[in-house]
Amino acid sequence: MSRHVLSVTVRDQPGVLVRIAGLFARRGFNIESLSVAQSEVPGQSRTTFVVSGDDPTIEQVEKQLNKLIDVISVVDHTHAAAVDRELMLIKVRVRSPEERVEIRQIAQDFRARIVDVSRSALIFELTGDEGKVDAFIEQMRPFGITELIRTGRVALSRTAASTNRASHPTQAPAVARAS
Amino acid sequence: MTGSEVVMRLLERHGVEVVFGHPGGAIMPIYDALYDSPIRHVLVRHEQAGAHMADAYYRASGKVGVCFATSGPGATNLVTGLATAMLDSSAVVAITGNVPSGLIGTDAFQEADVYGITGPITKHNFLVKDVRELPRVLTEAFHIATTGRPGPVLVDITKDVQQATFEGSLEAEVDLPGYKPTLVGHAGQVKRAAEAVRAAERPLMIVGGGAQCAADEVVAFAERTGIPVTTTLMGIGAFPAGSEQALGMPGMHGTVTANRAISHCDLILAAGMRFDDRVTGKISRFAPNATVVHIDIDPAEISKLVRAHVPVVGDLRDVLPRLGAELGRLDVGPWREQLAAWKARYPERYETGETLASQEVLELLRQASGGDCIVTTEVGQHQMFAARLFPTSRPRSFVTSGGLGTMGFGLPAAIGAAMARPGETVVCVAGDGSVQMNVQELATLYKLQLPVVIAILNNGMLGMVRQWQELFHAQRYSEVYLADSNPDFAKLAEAYGIEGHNVFDRADAEARIAEAFAAKKPVLLNFFVYEAEKVFPMVPAGAGVDEMILGDQEAPEAPREPVVSA
Repeated sequence: MSRHVLSVTVRDQPGVLVRIAGLFARRGFNIESLSVAQSEVPGQSRTTFVVSGDDPTIEQVEKQLNKLIDVISVVDHTHAAAVDRELMLIKVRVRSPEERVEIRQIAQDFRARIVDVSRSALIFELTGDEGKVDAFIEQMRPFGITELIRTGRVALSRTAASTNRASHPTQAPAVARAS
Repeated sequence: MTGSEVVMRLLERHGVEVVFGHPGGAIMPIYDALYDSPIRHVLVRHEQAGAHMADAYYRASGKVGVCFATSGPGATNLVTGLATAMLDSSAVVAITGNVPSGLIGTDAFQEADVYGITGPITKHNFLVKDVRELPRVLTEAFHIATTGRPGPVLVDITKDVQQATFEGSLEAEVDLPGYKPTLVGHAGQVKRAAEAVRAAERPLMIVGGGAQCAADEVVAFAERTGIPVTTTLMGIGAFPAGSEQALGMPGMHGTVTANRAISHCDLILAAGMRFDDRVTGKISRFAPNATVVHIDIDPAEISKLVRAHVPVVGDLRDVLPRLGAELGRLDVGPWREQLAAWKARYPERYETGETLASQEVLELLRQASGGDCIVTTEVGQHQMFAARLFPTSRPRSFVTSGGLGTMGFGLPAAIGAAMARPGETVVCVAGDGSVQMNVQELATLYKLQLPVVIAILNNGMLGMVRQWQELFHAQRYSEVYLADSNPDFAKLAEAYGIEGHNVFDRADAEARIAEAFAAKKPVLLNFFVYEAEKVFPMVPAGAGVDEMILGDQEAPEAPREPVVSA
């Protein structure tokens, strides 16, 4: 089992997310996170999935996604250079002025931005890779996390080309496996 | 022009000659436009049957099948038919009416989320809420249904769109950036496939439903190379069953020879088949010594269940001739001799007595047909017997629900196939259980007066379930007995205006079958057959194909005169 970050470019059609979600549910694939938003091309959205599974499972995930007519491309960032980020909003309880200072100091180290301030709580905005976001949560936990929300990972490959021009996988040797 | 007229003009432009359907409130504008169209309409008695007819129409002809249904219950009745077409890769375009777009989502009368319901059981589907989209959507629907791996496409059209005025061109470009089927096999992979086949001593070709459109290429390849061929249930007819190279069907109810060939081969050349569990049995015991070369048009089938050592994505009509060109006659003499010995040792066998045997009836039907008819089946024991004893030798002529295993398919399929191939006799091999699932289509058949022989192998039982209960559930026959409440099928046929006969013995069977073939109109023959018959050999669910139960197929020590030989 390993985790894969997939960028899936889709046509903006009603129900396209239902098709994808239904595919994952029906075939028993595990989605850990999912994010969707408009891409640079009008009428197309880029979705980022974090999926866990063994290699044959991930290969099936990619092929089944590619079979959906509204899916334009599927790129697995796991074995290629890519950047991925996640955005989190996190509300932390503040019980004393000393805690406030301490919390703000940690946040500064993580380059988390304060987006809301009240007498008993602070809301931070943090962007980073998954590890950084996880680490910040751990640092805040002793103070008391009231609530948090994460967007899930979004990813782009480092190559110059746009991933939505990537073609469907064919029988090129990349798919071929020796016994 | 109204949206409904746009629909009919586009169907005409796509060469549609016949539509199978049933009207209702939300599709009435389209039926109004149909009234003026040259397209023929077959009025079915249940929408499910309409979908099966469209499906069988495609399977028998290679021309896309079209069906109509209204919103809500009309559309949900299509579901089983669409799922059947999906699993057997059949090109169907289903057009459904829906409530006016302003009422969508309000739980309006006869409203159902047809777009949502049919998404997972279609290759693609559309919901049209703007009349301007109609030309593009319908053009794309036909394109998607018929290209690459064929499949059903549903177009749901709201009633206001059907009534709206359309101005503009019916010409539309297909705009599907995410849909580019690979048709031409990769040259390097074809070469690697050839090397693997050449290196094999005991190669075996498994031909599936994808080869129905490539039968000439399959035959040419097999004849050139001499490779032994087994045809799956869906592949029947893509390679002639009578050929010396043909081993029959593999899998759960396959022949001993085909299953032994799988266990002993050192290479599998899979052509247009998808390693269904009914073919493979337990995957870890499937062809343990074989290099797998898998040719398929759908990349998602490659290595889905059985890892392919050499995958080739492409159309068999492209790949097989190129693969053949790389190969000459294979050196498979000893292997062929071994297979011939198994074939001789394990011919089809069955007991006959005063009561008719299902197999005996199928033999008589096959003899009477002269091998020149279309066979459709329902699902169950009779289907497996038909696959083994009544396989057709021509492609697109054995029409059966393989993937979904839909009881109720065979009778409407016979109508669809007969519409697709005018003048040819269609034999619908049915069971007394299955045939009742769409028996209302006798009315449609009566009206059309098609040359369909319905052969019910009536054992008064849900025979396949009974067989499993006998073998795997300690003879606890739970809810399989039909005989105490079956109708008199001959009288039932007569009630619909169709000639029907109850048949009890061999002499009567021979006479009735001969008359039925000569009649060139619908005839129902209700054969009372031995009730405890079992389909053997059988690979129990979850077992390997090398773990067949031979049953009455067990050859005695001294080969006796076989009752029949397939």
